[in-house]
Amino acid sequence: MAYSDKVIDHYNNPRNVGQLDKSSTEVGTGLVGAPECGDVMRLQIKVNPETQVIEDAKFKTFGCGSAIASSSLATEWIKGRTVDDALAIKNTDIVKELSLPPVKIHCSVLAEDAIRAAIGDWKKKNGVAETVESTSTSAAAAQAQ
Amino acid sequence: MSSYTSTVEVPAGVTLPIYMDNHATSPLDPRVLEAMMPYFTSKFGNAASRNHSFGWEAEKGVETAREQIAKLIGATAKEIIFTSGATESNNLAIKGIAEMYRERGNHIITQVTEHKAVLDTCKRLEKYGYRVTYLPVKADGLIDIEDLKRAIDDKTILVTIMAANNEIGVLQPIREIGKLCHEKGVIFHTDAVQIVGKVPFNVVADNVDVASISGHKIYGPKGVGALYVRRRNPRVQIAAQIDGGGHERGMRSGTLNVPGIVGLGKACEIAMQEMDSEAAYLRGLRDRLKAKFEAELDYVHVNGNMEHRLPGNLNMSFVYVEGESLLMGINDVAVSSGSACTSATLEPSYVLKALGLGDDVAHSSIRFGLGRFNTQAEVDYVAAKVIEIVKHLRQLSPLYEMVQEGIDLSKIAWTAH
Repeated sequence: MAYSDKVIDHYNNPRNVGQLDKSSTEVGTGLVGAPECGDVMRLQIKVNPETQVIEDAKFKTFGCGSAIASSSLATEWIKGRTVDDALAIKNTDIVKELSLPPVKIHCSVLAEDAIRAAIGDWKKKNGVAETVESTSTSAAAAQAQ
Repeated sequence: MSSYTSTVEVPAGVTLPIYMDNHATSPLDPRVLEAMMPYFTSKFGNAASRNHSFGWEAEKGVETAREQIAKLIGATAKEIIFTSGATESNNLAIKGIAEMYRERGNHIITQVTEHKAVLDTCKRLEKYGYRVTYLPVKADGLIDIEDLKRAIDDKTILVTIMAANNEIGVLQPIREIGKLCHEKGVIFHTDAVQIVGKVPFNVVADNVDVASISGHKIYGPKGVGALYVRRRNPRVQIAAQIDGGGHERGMRSGTLNVPGIVGLGKACEIAMQEMDSEAAYLRGLRDRLKAKFEAELDYVHVNGNMEHRLPGNLNMSFVYVEGESLLMGINDVAVSSGSACTSATLEPSYVLKALGLGDDVAHSSIRFGLGRFNTQAEVDYVAAKVIEIVKHLRQLSPLYEMVQEGIDLSKIAWTAH
């Protein structure tokens, strides 16, 4: 399979790799996917409690090149956005930006899930009402324990 | 930093890309090509033309090849049937025996890590009223001969079990399987595609009745294969699956692919002469590759039995790194992965799953298929590249980090998607 230049760039130079302190109340952690499926993404956000702006984002991903690129791109896009703005990012935006082929669309879906899970975790920690149904908080909660 | 720029230098004498996927196919040996060439041009005759020299010349080429193949596997020339390849050979053997011996019984025994050409053929026969037993394999990829003993009943007509596996290279105990089959009066077919020409394989000593052979796995051409069919003790009969001019003693109609057949014969002749030294050479390269991985990386393990194994095969899991992402980092090296992401179905390798490996470990596997034309310098380059990329990807891997922190991954409620 041929990869787009953007996927290759994110693969070789992944943005925002790392870990944030998951015990901090300012940090939300999303852990989505499963090793059995060949994709696990952990995406973390650090949110300014005053402005609700995502000031930092980190990720680590176990998965194919497209999964790595999708999550790397996601961290790039959500940094500097407010939490609500970040929720507006759709997997189709990621597909378009990275020119993902149909067989790799699930990678972009997982990245969107990771954003939602991280924001969901942050909202839960901070008593903010859930506005969006998150499918993936159980894994994040399990890791946080 | 997490950026990745390779620092591995290409050694002198190594040209990229490197081919290390010899279980998928192998390059044509130049000596084979040389033997084939005249049969495309001046010796173009139809081997079935009995009344002129063009036909005779072609027939002579075919009969020489038949002898070369027979000699390599301990058969007689009359026991070799030419086909279009091993998929056809497997289909012809299994369907042809099932049809021919239908009155004797309807039970076939195979095992779960067979090639799809065997498994899907068996599945089709199930639709036609045959009963098929799929034996499991042990964690090392080998069948338990006791399982086979228990599976054989008075309706069993055929046991079909491969000699060497195409993914993990393990060698099934065919000699014991064949012995058991002969004691029970059951025909034993083996898909011998990966074993022929690589390690000794002898239809008499190994008690094999029918064997499938491919040209392009042994540095011969694609589009040609053979089927060994035993003529005595016991004589095996096969119902033709292609009707026509009655070529190949009625078992396989169709004008013979003379250049291909000549190439397959030549490939067998070369294998006969060079197999022993080549096996030792490949075993050395393979063990060198394995040792380098084990010295430099943690959480790596070999899939399949290491002792009963093809010399050129190494199937390793680089745990916590997904196979396709690894392949992406070594795009100047041709190997293959058991990762779902490299398959059209998004299912990880059924062979690795059959060993009882978790899907996560199957996703992390790479098959290195060393062959005649690989060099030590290539092995050193591939090892260095793989080690480098695995380290890079583990920096990105949440699983590797969690394991380092002592988190038990099996305790996490993953969200399958």
